[in-house]
Amino acid sequence: MITEALVLSAFLFVIGTLGVLVRRNAIIMFLCIELQLNAVNLSFVAFSRLHGMDGQIFVFFVMTVAAAEAAVGLAIIISIFRHYKTVDVGNFKLLRW
Amino acid sequence: MVTFLFYVFAAVAVGGAIGVVISRSPVGSLLSMIATLGSMAAIFVLLEAHFLAAIQIIVYAGAIMVLFLFVIMLLNLGHDYQKDLKVGAFSLVSFATVGAMAYVLSRQLGAADLSDSGPGAAAIDAAIAQHGVVGAIAQPLYTTYVVPFEITGILLLVAIVGALVLAKKNVA
Repeated sequence: MITEALVLSAFLFVIGTLGVLVRRNAIIMFLCIELQLNAVNLSFVAFSRLHGMDGQIFVFFVMTVAAAEAAVGLAIIISIFRHYKTVDVGNFKLLRW
Repeated sequence: MVTFLFYVFAAVAVGGAIGVVISRSPVGSLLSMIATLGSMAAIFVLLEAHFLAAIQIIVYAGAIMVLFLFVIMLLNLGHDYQKDLKVGAFSLVSFATVGAMAYVLSRQLGAADLSDSGPGAAAIDAAIAQHGVVGAIAQPLYTTYVVPFEITGILLLVAIVGALVLAKKNVA
């Protein structure tokens, strides 16, 4: 079951990457990043069956960092929305060439 | 039985993940994400990580997704049904990149011949028998990993202050 869990984690990570690449709504891109973090968590839990409890502790830390990241990222999205009146990343052109 | 349940929840997780990417409404994406997170919590239980499964439900599906929902509600994006997939050469490049990634990852991971329970599984079972489900993860967390744990507290404080400063209305 460990191999299957790793393959599932790879699938979820790839789907998350695809979402970040093809969507333009900033909130959904952010949601897909959370999906990638979750896929990595699944890998950690699967490998903890082989290498002991440390993997689960790492998942604990990843979840904490994800919570902090969600709070700050959504605050950034809110302040961007105040400025541009949209969350479509195609409209944010200041640092693009 | 366990393998059958694993495949059921894996199918729900992948379906939900695809729903996150293709759903037009942000709220639909969010609900698909909650389905994915819930079935991943079930898979955590199947992998004997009970505490993490509970945390996954409480923190991810409970707190973080509600935060997303609040932001969608606050910005009034709930009926934002416009098509927002990127089109053209960029999406082709995206699909090619992701396809290559999927190929490499599944080839590498699928070729690995991992037994169902290595030495780690025995260690985890022993720790759960000795300290209980929560104690098994608390024991190393408060001894070996106590410094990272404290740094995590500082990180959360910084995140709270940062989120407040960023989301505050400009007084000027």
